[in-house]
Amino acid sequence: MKNKPSLHVTQTNDGLSVTLQGNWVKETVKALDLAFNALTCNPKTVYTFDLSGIREFDTHGIMLILHYTKKLEIQNCIVLKVGASESLEKLFTVCEQHYPEKKEKPPKEIFILSFLENVGKDIFEGYRTLSYFFAFTGELTQHVITSLLNPLTIRFKATLYHIEQSGARALPIILLTSFLIGIVIAYQGATQLEKFGANIFIVEMVTISAVRELAPLLTAIVVAGRSASAYTAQIGVMKITDEVDAMSSMGFSPWNFLVLPRLFALMISLPLLVFFGDIVSVFGGMVIATTQLDVSFVEFIDRIKETVALKHLIIGLVKAPIFGCVIATIGCFRGFQIDSSTESVGKYTTISVVNAIFWVIAIDAIISVLLTEMGL
Amino acid sequence: MKNYIAIEAKNIVTQFGQSVIHDEVSFKIQRGEIFGLLGGSGSGKTTLLREMIMLQKTSGGQMLVLGTDVMKISSKMAQKLRQKWGVLFQFGALFTSLTILENVMIGMREYTNLPDWIIEESALMKLSMVGLPPKVANMYPSELSGGMKKRAALARALALDPKLLFLDEPTSGLDPQSARTFDELIVTLRDTLGITVVMVTHDKDTMANVLDRFIILGNKKVLFEGNMELLKQTRDDELKKFLS
Repeated sequence: MKNKPSLHVTQTNDGLSVTLQGNWVKETVKALDLAFNALTCNPKTVYTFDLSGIREFDTHGIMLILHYTKKLEIQNCIVLKVGASESLEKLFTVCEQHYPEKKEKPPKEIFILSFLENVGKDIFEGYRTLSYFFAFTGELTQHVITSLLNPLTIRFKATLYHIEQSGARALPIILLTSFLIGIVIAYQGATQLEKFGANIFIVEMVTISAVRELAPLLTAIVVAGRSASAYTAQIGVMKITDEVDAMSSMGFSPWNFLVLPRLFALMISLPLLVFFGDIVSVFGGMVIATTQLDVSFVEFIDRIKETVALKHLIIGLVKAPIFGCVIATIGCFRGFQIDSSTESVGKYTTISVVNAIFWVIAIDAIISVLLTEMGL
Repeated sequence: MKNYIAIEAKNIVTQFGQSVIHDEVSFKIQRGEIFGLLGGSGSGKTTLLREMIMLQKTSGGQMLVLGTDVMKISSKMAQKLRQKWGVLFQFGALFTSLTILENVMIGMREYTNLPDWIIEESALMKLSMVGLPPKVANMYPSELSGGMKKRAALARALALDPKLLFLDEPTSGLDPQSARTFDELIVTLRDTLGITVVMVTHDKDTMANVLDRFIILGNKKVLFEGNMELLKQTRDDELKKFLS
């Protein structure tokens, strides 16, 4: 077969003649590399490369020739090229001009040094993020105050939009999780209470734990998962496409247009969601109480009126806007941290959800301890 | 070679819902030609380009790329065809998680059995060919300017020595001098490698200096097909806009 690439070396009067034949393309380069490698180099000889037999070629084939030409030249050999067709000559010249003389190597990594470097970077990064976060919350507080003093600057339409997106649309999943949580508490409690014959205490158990702790916490966690991620991704992508800069340059403050509507939306909608969650989780408990412990709906509700103080409900509802504030702040803050790469969208969205859920739980714990110490 | 036609569009119809973008658009692109797709904004230039590279489906008609109908192609054949072309997107579309060098090498890594050193050296060569200094090789796309990203993306498109090169507004966003260098580079590549180049462009200088032939799209049809000389003789006001 004529197209079969090959390399022939013949001794001539002036030195060595190397005949190149066939297709010098990327598919054949691997085999040719081996052939070239076998070419022994005698220093200070004249090599004549006969390129007239080359049928098809591409940059990879030419690169191979160039590579070995340079290698020979280093050893003081003289390399001549003859017989190249016009187009080969042309491409050859282009490739020769751009042949990488020395490779830019990424600096070698020494484990202990790079480890220390990474630790240092992480600590510094953490410190910087923290100071950014303080600056962010400071500025946020300032904007919240100014916009509350001038309520007309609040973007009501945007706020309503986010109430719908983050609040109303979250209702089905929150109702479902709250109902299931009500069932779980009641069911676990029922088996224990039945042993003591203290069936009626299911009421306090379910109601207090649900309205005071579990419904607010679960609602906040679900909203953190839905909305913190959404806010981060939305703001981040707007940053990547320069929409945020466009806004600032047109004199629209990103605070008023992006952050405050989201913050207000969550602070308004979370207590409402929690209230629905309360109702449904208590209802879930009632269902189990009736079926498992023979406590009827009427008895259950009467007992709630008698023994469960209103403060539990209020404490649960007061916590909700605090959670909403935490979720929105973290979601927006992480969104503004996203830079120009698409990878950072994923990175910061993940961080945002994890942070939001963590801080919701942490703040819930702090409030729980504080209120108990205060005797509430 | 018996087939001198690189791409043939036969009565292409494109429709998005109710709005018709192309109504029976036909043209032929010869091998070794630098062919331009021109037209006002919204005339469907980029859509036509995307249809050629199988990113978008046509609503009717036939699109023959290197002799195969891309609408009726098996996925195996499509994969083979994709290796025969390089595409430069308008904003580069480099993979942000890879360095510039890795971006250029990835095609060779996946589709050839070349030894690593050859892959690396030819990637570096391609970068130098498009006019990038060697130090960018280990940088990430986010560290480069728009024009540099575009060059790097061209290097990626050229990595596998494609037969066909699709360019979406290659010179937009480049300074005039780099734009001309870019033009020269494309001509050199065509002259040496025999690449067929299809580009969407607005650049008047590119039109005059680089394009062998072009079509002008408008009113859902091909308004004009030919070269600069022919266009200069036109009396159509609509077409004269492309000359000024």
